[in-house]
Amino acid sequence: MTFLQFIFYLLAAIAVIAGLKMISVKNPVQAALWLVLAFISTAGIWLIAQAEFLGLALILVYVGAVMVLFLFVVMMLDINVAQFKEGFTRYLPLGVLTAAAIFALMYLVLGPQRFGLEQVTPPKSLAEAESNTLALAIPLYTEHVYAFILAAVLLLVGIVAAITLTLRRRPNTEVLYQDIDQQIKTRAEDRFEMVKMPPTVEQPLPEKEKEE
Amino acid sequence: MFDSLQAWLSTFLFDWLAVVITLLIQAVVVILPVMLAVAWLTFAERKVIGYMQLRMGPNRVGPKGWLQPIADALKLMFKEIVRPTESNFYLFVVAPILTIAPAVAAWAVIPFDENGVVVADINAGVLYVLAVTSIIVYGVIISGWASNSKYAFLGAMRASAQKISYEIAMGFALVTVLMVAGSMNLTEIVEGQKGSLLHWYWLPLLPMFAVYFISGLAETNRAPFDVAEGESEIVAGFHVEYSGMAFAVFFLAEYAMMILISFMTAVMFLGGWLSPFEGIPGLEPMFAWVPGFIWLFAKVAVLLFLFLWFRATFPRYRYDQIMRLGWKVLIPVTIVWVFAVGVMEYAQLGLWFD
Repeated sequence: MTFLQFIFYLLAAIAVIAGLKMISVKNPVQAALWLVLAFISTAGIWLIAQAEFLGLALILVYVGAVMVLFLFVVMMLDINVAQFKEGFTRYLPLGVLTAAAIFALMYLVLGPQRFGLEQVTPPKSLAEAESNTLALAIPLYTEHVYAFILAAVLLLVGIVAAITLTLRRRPNTEVLYQDIDQQIKTRAEDRFEMVKMPPTVEQPLPEKEKEE
Repeated sequence: MFDSLQAWLSTFLFDWLAVVITLLIQAVVVILPVMLAVAWLTFAERKVIGYMQLRMGPNRVGPKGWLQPIADALKLMFKEIVRPTESNFYLFVVAPILTIAPAVAAWAVIPFDENGVVVADINAGVLYVLAVTSIIVYGVIISGWASNSKYAFLGAMRASAQKISYEIAMGFALVTVLMVAGSMNLTEIVEGQKGSLLHWYWLPLLPMFAVYFISGLAETNRAPFDVAEGESEIVAGFHVEYSGMAFAVFFLAEYAMMILISFMTAVMFLGGWLSPFEGIPGLEPMFAWVPGFIWLFAKVAVLLFLFLWFRATFPRYRYDQIMRLGWKVLIPVTIVWVFAVGVMEYAQLGLWFD
């Protein structure tokens, strides 16, 4: 076994275990964290397959951003685990049946008779100096440039739609808004005024009080 | 040097064992100086801020206080690690590790001198640093959640939201560097800045230089962006419940990240190990004997001093204004500059595209 194979099997084992843990663990926060581990080990496998751009982008996008937002949501939810698990045994046979059916379908489509080692030629390995990013970028920006830009516009529309759906301005009687530009432009003179006042000199106590 | 070591080891060991041993030695060679630098950076911080506030700073342990970091480390090691009740034990322990591991792992691709003085000279170096440092946010989130404390949770929420917001501005700033350099390899990025002080990327990318450094401040949760700590409101943020060495690990990670950000800024905008006197007649041969890594370390030292200076100077930002600065100021600036660099590249403007 070469060193590369050892690393491959190690990462593959971690990915499989993390995947199983993700669906079997009770706490949703822990499930999300197991998914993160699965992502990271998968990224490692992609790195071994010389797809360094995809591997690092997987970590950057999915681990660094998407899963963080997932975790945010999951952490703030107050989930009752016991209620969540209700009816587990009742639906178990149906669930097993569905899972088996999906597995069978996937085996038929993605099985060895279509994607086996005999059917697929091994990918040619790149020279060490060749940049994976460049190899990916050139077809993306030449052959597939329209599809690429279209996808970007679609995402932009998605962002705009999501923001407009949640953006609502309530009248100032309900909520007070801050005008940050105005806040930043504030100077000391706008807020307070220096006033010249005559000093109050303490009068000596009258004689009468002293006697008392 | 390490290739010959590996070749020598594999004459009498398994191949994979030779690889592992070589990798370990390489890791130690990089990590040990970084950790020592972290220790004395804390000392420098206390001294610098002390003098800025007309105090002496630590001056009791060792000559002029120079052994203070060792005393601190010893103290932290012997302190008890308190585990909060009802906390999630495994995640509570994993969180500091998740914070320090990426902060250390990112050093693998940092070049220290020309001729490839770097652990892993990979093509996607910049992307690697960005990806690995983005994992740090998990240490923050997990520590806040696993502590079972409201203060820690609030701190974690603030810190992680801040980190992922500023990561976008940081990523865009790096995109402009990639556009000018035409490579993601850090060594090649430095080589691309060869020529003179004016060839360094700080000049064509001046706004990006500022954006990157400001985002770096926010990424490391340093003042003035240290609302994650916010002593006056949420005690100490996500690591309130950590004590002893577990707390120290968070601290190590923060300072290691500070040094890393300084290195990245120096490599990408300030010409890395290139001499600032390059191309100046008279001065260039006078300083030709200075090895490259000295210049790199000098630049990093200046940037680190900026970190400390900012902390002594600026009051803490309000949280909504941090978010405003990140999303409404820095990100638009970076997007505009991506297009500006595109135009400059197309028109072959300036010294940088020949």
